Amino acid sequence: MESLGLTVRPVTWWHFFQVSVNERLVYRGDFILGTLMRFLPTLTQIFLWWAIYDSVATNPTAVGDAPDTQIAGFRYGDMVAYYLLVTISRAFSSMPGLSSGIALQVREGEIKKFLIQPVDMLGCLLLQRIAHKLVYYLMATLPFALVFFLCRGFFIDGWPDAEILAVFFVSLILGFLLGFFLEACIGLVSFWFLEVTSLMFIYMLMNFFLSGHMFPLDLLPTDLQILGIGPLNLRIVVDFVPFKYLAYFPAAVFLGKVEGAEMYQGLAVLVFWVMFFIVLSRIMWWRGVKRYSGFGG
Amino acid sequence: MQPSYLKVFLTFARNSLVRDMSFRANFIFTCISSMAWAGMNFGLFKVVYQFTNSIGRDSGWGENEFFIFLGTVWLINSLIQTFCMANMERFSEMIRMGSLDFALLKPIDTQFLISFPRMNWAQLPNGMLGILLIIVSLNALAAERGDNLYLSIWNVLAFVFFIACGLCVMYSVMITLASTSIWLGRNQQLYNFWFYITNFYRYPMEIYQSGTIGWTLWGTFTFVIPILVVSNVPARVLAQPLGTPWQRWEWGFASLAVIFAIVSLLVSRFVFRSALKSYRSASS
Repeated sequence: MESLGLTVRPVTWWHFFQVSVNERLVYRGDFILGTLMRFLPTLTQIFLWWAIYDSVATNPTAVGDAPDTQIAGFRYGDMVAYYLLVTISRAFSSMPGLSSGIALQVREGEIKKFLIQPVDMLGCLLLQRIAHKLVYYLMATLPFALVFFLCRGFFIDGWPDAEILAVFFVSLILGFLLGFFLEACIGLVSFWFLEVTSLMFIYMLMNFFLSGHMFPLDLLPTDLQILGIGPLNLRIVVDFVPFKYLAYFPAAVFLGKVEGAEMYQGLAVLVFWVMFFIVLSRIMWWRGVKRYSGFGG
Repeated sequence: MQPSYLKVFLTFARNSLVRDMSFRANFIFTCISSMAWAGMNFGLFKVVYQFTNSIGRDSGWGENEFFIFLGTVWLINSLIQTFCMANMERFSEMIRMGSLDFALLKPIDTQFLISFPRMNWAQLPNGMLGILLIIVSLNALAAERGDNLYLSIWNVLAFVFFIACGLCVMYSVMITLASTSIWLGRNQQLYNFWFYITNFYRYPMEIYQSGTIGWTLWGTFTFVIPILVVSNVPARVLAQPLGTPWQRWEWGFASLAVIFAIVSLLVSRFVFRSALKSYRSASS
């Protein structure tokens, strides 16, 4: 395949980007209300964890007072702040419809247009995603700011220092890239198996549990006995898979749960995973296209 | 001639089962996936109970009691998803496409006709999983409390009765929500809205009973959209009265379940009928 000259390429990309931005602005109607509704589950989490902390507390607390105990190093405020921060990590790393979209394009043969036109599919999809996400953040800023302002009391230590904030933002961006290329790889599996729904499902399930979306990973047991196997240290297991960078890691950095050398180590591992999935998606694309045969049209 | 509602219902059930069984791999996959989500839910609370022995101070929701609660929620959810969920989405679509005309012409009650034609049998195993969890937890509870645990047949009957009351409430909330799509033309947020509301009934109501916001939520979801009653009353019948006689407020709360079941059915019936009056077909 021939690619366009260096001068034309940015122009093409810019057009793709603009189209995607406009596409998204069409549906801004009830968007803000929808985003606020998204925090309703967090509201129940706030009450659930209050009840849990309250029953663990050593000395009875007055109504409305935060209980004094810690669970796995998390104070009550930290726990709520964690859930709020995870909504931010997820806003970056979740890619609704990416894998299934790629699978659909492969199955329906729409992918042919990328084989004919001198445009790279993954690059094009990435630009689309960036555009969609940017519009999303633009519109979601207001509801997010409102919720975080109302919940500012849960951030006991206030803002972290500049260095941690910088790492936090870098990890969010890298989390976005990781989410994108990981799901792109799952979508590209459809070159070999036309149906990737079950694979997607396994991914979603693992993601939900191991990314820290449901609870801080520090809570995982270190000596799990299951079906006679064990003791299994689940906290080590999550260190060896990429999922925790999709939700847990940025939030933990912000809250100071991962700091110093450990923080930069984590960042390095995250960079490694992003590179790994970029390379993997490239290889899968090349090999997939070689296998692919389109008919008709 | 008056149609036989039972026969029609059974025909719906059989047809849906035939339909589900023609895509068997998909059926099995849906079963497994919904059970896996339930498993995740279970895992979360296994993790939580490593650190505490109760949710809420002196609330009585220890690990085994709570898993009885969780099993109850799974059971109710699965019954709603088996019998109602798909139909409500379909109803919303029927209004948009104008195919509700055909339902209106049939010599059978329209609300009945749109409520049950498509049952999603793949959601039922989750309810069985719920029952299994309840039984296992009841056993564990019996062992934990010594042998003074005595679950009479009356407890079981009361549980079934209150589950039925709860289903009436859930069905009514759902049909009311779906009716709004007649006025709105289309209600795509229906499923989301449903998810966000049911999010509140997944936990024992004691967790809301503190602070102004908490009590407001408790009040709203007990008296306005009475979904807290749906899960709390049946779960309490099995988990809490064991060994201890019920307090007066618990009797009051239980009778609320019955009252709300009747009232919400009537209200939803009224909403549905008045919504139908504003239905204008979509065809030209």
